Amino acid sequence: MPDPLVAQTAAELFPNGVSRYAVGGLLVGLGAVVIYVGTGIAAGASTFLESTLSYVSDQSRFQRYVSSRDWRLVFTFGIILGAALFAVTVQSGVVTTSLYQPGTTGRTYELAGVTLWLTDVQPWRLFFGGILVGIGTRIGKGCTSGHGVCGVGSASKTSLVGVATFLAVAVGTAQVVAALGVTP
Amino acid sequence: MMDRHPLFMPLILVGGVIFGFGLGFSQMARPEVVLTFLTFEDFGLLFVMFGAAVVSGVAFAVMPRIRDAAPLTGDRYERRLKPFDRNVLVGGAVFGVGWGLSGICPGAAYASLGVGNVTILWALGGMFVGAYLQGLWRSRTAARSAAPSSAD
Repeated sequence: MPDPLVAQTAAELFPNGVSRYAVGGLLVGLGAVVIYVGTGIAAGASTFLESTLSYVSDQSRFQRYVSSRDWRLVFTFGIILGAALFAVTVQSGVVTTSLYQPGTTGRTYELAGVTLWLTDVQPWRLFFGGILVGIGTRIGKGCTSGHGVCGVGSASKTSLVGVATFLAVAVGTAQVVAALGVTP
Repeated sequence: MMDRHPLFMPLILVGGVIFGFGLGFSQMARPEVVLTFLTFEDFGLLFVMFGAAVVSGVAFAVMPRIRDAAPLTGDRYERRLKPFDRNVLVGGAVFGVGWGLSGICPGAAYASLGVGNVTILWALGGMFVGAYLQGLWRSRTAARSAAPSSAD
């Protein structure tokens, strides 16, 4: 029998439980490990943006990624495919597990028997936020996967500082945006 | 293009699939869930980020000790270390504003598309625009700073 105070605090900090987050995080780590063990590559997601631009732009900044652009396309395609696999199984209820809490965010819609999901976050937030994500991750040498998963996993001081920086600024930004009444 | 091991691309694909499935399962592919984390309504995302870092941390610590080189590339196992400079802070801060405004980061955006969220194309479009703008600017600054030395 867990202490009621502990249980109450846990319910306040984690209203959707922790299992979906923990299982998801383990799988994200496992995906990175599979690639690292086989190839020695510490994969990050944001380099794909620049490496893919090398197909359409001769700028020297993008051309430096020519040698890795093909596998980065495959990696990104794999991420989309894996998430789609999640959608046709767990999200659609074909596979059920007590470890997964569906939650109530956004909207779901059905397409060919598959339950798909749509965000309610406004397009202008996604677009302008996306521009800053594109600039910031590339100047800052990594994103949530490169710095956050592989860099922190490597105990890299650069990545720890990078993560602390973007996490702190993101918390501040999200709080200000919410305080201004922008929702969702 | 160098010759690659025939299993190189299949392995990258499998790793990406597991990675993407995990982002879907954890709901990090949903901007709303990231935003509730950033506004301290649900701290669960800590388990995604640090859970993943712990798993990869084991591999980064163990692999260099038990094997000299990766089987599919022959590359040495190294930790992901990047030099620290002001860009890490400036870029991190710009990324932080973008992440806090949109609730989405690059890997999660690809996964979001996979769970059916076509609206995330706004964010993906924005990310390409941002990556292009910084690349354009940095290519020009690099060319300008290289010009005097090549004239010597």
